Amino acid sequence: MNQYRQALILPAILAGLWALILLPMAQAEELPTVFAAVIRVDNPNRPQPISRLDLAPDDLGFAGGDLATSDNLTTGRFLGQDYKTLNIAATPETAQQALEQALAAGVKFIVVLASADIVLELANAAGERALVMNAQAPDDSLRNDNCRANLVHIAPSRAMLSDALAQFLMWKKWNRWFLVEGSHPEDKALGDAYRRAAHKFGAKIVDERVFTDTGGARRTDTGYVQVQRQMPVFTQRAGKYDILIAADEAGVFAAYLPYQTWDARPVAGSAGLRPTTWDPSLEAWGATQFQRRFEKLSGRYMRVEDYQVWLALRVLSEAATRTQSVDHQELLKYMLSPDFELAAFKGEKVSFRPWNGQLRQPILLTNGHIMVSVSPQDEYLHRLTQLDTLGIDEPESTCTGFR
Amino acid sequence: MVKRLFSFSVMATCGMLAAGSAAVANVIYVTNEKDNTVTVLDSESLEVTATIDVGQRPRGITLSPDGKELYVATSDDDVVRVFDTQTLKQKHLLPSGPDPELFDLAPSGNPLYIANEDDNLVTVVDVDSQQVLAEIPVGVEPEGVAVSPDGKVVINTSETTNMAHFINAQTYEIFANVLVDQRPRWAEFTDDGTLLYVSSEIGGTVSVIDTNSAKVIHKITFDIPNLPPESIQPVGIKITHDGGTVFVALGPANRIAVIDGKTFEVRKYLLVGQRPWHMAFLPGQKILYTANGNSNDVSVIDVDRLKVTKSIQVGRQPWGIVVSPEQGEEK
Repeated sequence: MNQYRQALILPAILAGLWALILLPMAQAEELPTVFAAVIRVDNPNRPQPISRLDLAPDDLGFAGGDLATSDNLTTGRFLGQDYKTLNIAATPETAQQALEQALAAGVKFIVVLASADIVLELANAAGERALVMNAQAPDDSLRNDNCRANLVHIAPSRAMLSDALAQFLMWKKWNRWFLVEGSHPEDKALGDAYRRAAHKFGAKIVDERVFTDTGGARRTDTGYVQVQRQMPVFTQRAGKYDILIAADEAGVFAAYLPYQTWDARPVAGSAGLRPTTWDPSLEAWGATQFQRRFEKLSGRYMRVEDYQVWLALRVLSEAATRTQSVDHQELLKYMLSPDFELAAFKGEKVSFRPWNGQLRQPILLTNGHIMVSVSPQDEYLHRLTQLDTLGIDEPESTCTGFR
Repeated sequence: MVKRLFSFSVMATCGMLAAGSAAVANVIYVTNEKDNTVTVLDSESLEVTATIDVGQRPRGITLSPDGKELYVATSDDDVVRVFDTQTLKQKHLLPSGPDPELFDLAPSGNPLYIANEDDNLVTVVDVDSQQVLAEIPVGVEPEGVAVSPDGKVVINTSETTNMAHFINAQTYEIFANVLVDQRPRWAEFTDDGTLLYVSSEIGGTVSVIDTNSAKVIHKITFDIPNLPPESIQPVGIKITHDGGTVFVALGPANRIAVIDGKTFEVRKYLLVGQRPWHMAFLPGQKILYTANGNSNDVSVIDVDRLKVTKSIQVGRQPWGIVVSPEQGEEK
């Protein structure tokens, strides 16, 4: 088996060189090969998460890709196809360089874990040379005005995530929301997504506040003493609300909110009940075996980034299996066709929205310990698929890249 | 043919049947995934005669051809348990590898082929010596297992690879791989062995495979008015002896599809309990039972009239179901 898997190597340049050196050795069998690279762009300026449980492991995302490649090889050996995946960790400065190295090595599929600006930069740079798969950036702009014909989105958009939560809250009749958003641009974008979801599903935002990130250390000894005094005061006199929605994509304050609000109210959004594509507690729909395969391979729980990279590579394998092709244009064409469908441990098939390249998928609602629900909720119907009740639908889409 | 009251001692103990009852009843066994039990039902009275504690998360269930041994896959205990149907006591365990879910016995009653989801293997176990005879590497997440009526071919479906693997039962080698739709769950041969039906839970279809050519000759699709297509998730399959009628449990669609085995057209949808998983015929095939996971009951279907005649409360989250065979010459 000539699976090309390598540990995280910094800097990215080295990874590219290794690929060039080892590739000729790996091609003894000469099977048609789906050759992909996972480029993870780590931003050193991003704040550290509040909880040590959320600290990023070194193999974040890559481990999911390794599992997918192993799954794909098992399928490929029955069909005479081969799968190879390079893992490349880069910085915002070296991302372009990493892309060029991967392309030079023959990679045709680029799975990107990066912020929206870098995803767009890489998609523009790759052009017709490769298919770029966004496995992280939730920005709705990438699915609309900034969509690209060579860019598909495995990660859900902010609109999809906030709609998923909104549907559940409407089902609960918890329709009076207290929205607290952070001061980072991505927090503002997430806050906007919740405002849009409230309008779409008929919830009312009764109060809004901004939690300003003043910086500082992730942890201090007995930091809870101040948190216990600050958070109740911050959430005092908020008007009559059912639930507090935290829009904190930067992850600097939301985790402090549950049990610390002035009023006895639950928290959702970036803490409490969270909309997400994956949770290590998920066991429905055969997910247990999948979780265990991942844990055996990586020695840790599966994170959202791992799931989304796994899913990106599984999408490729499914398209390559059905088309018996490894050409990126062919595979993209099939992925966007009505024939494409994939089981992704979500209880129903996932597929692509052909008008903007977004993977339509159910969204889990988790409290971090068990799965609470999954959206779309049954009551929200759609002429095409209920999954399209999540996010920006075709009539509202401003994406023209796929037309 | 003289039918004997099956597992008489148990029923007598339970006091469910008066002595001297002339009932020629069969016994229905249902695994209750959530309760860790098997519910035992009498096919005549449709009463629960016993509930057996069987271990963690029981799912796959089958009987030896003589009806004397009951095999239960207890997924969270990582074993297959074998029970004596006379005493309803556990006889022994069979090694299965982690998380056994589905299996099938050779027509002769030995060996047992177990899908081993965690390790991408089909485990072949000799039920007499209780030893593993072979481990066959298959696709990712092996699930359904079916042995051909002549015992020569073992089918395994792999959920993530989306294939039905044809395995030579002598050499343990895979000789054909048939690509089907997403998440194949169950495989079922017709009695004459010429056709194989494979359900794809997420794909929402049933593939009909010609076993000679190992090619899909037809794909059965389902369309139920006013139901979202995503809720149609085919799982269990049962076929009449003549191959003329095929029953497919549609999971969250809460229905059993009745399919013509010649034209492959859906004749009817029968509304049963919620989330039917698997089914079993009463010998003679006049009655079909379904295990309904979300309504905790078993539906009884009159096969000739295609009517649901009754539902029986069992344990929580019933999953697998099996009925004792025709009792033959024994007196």
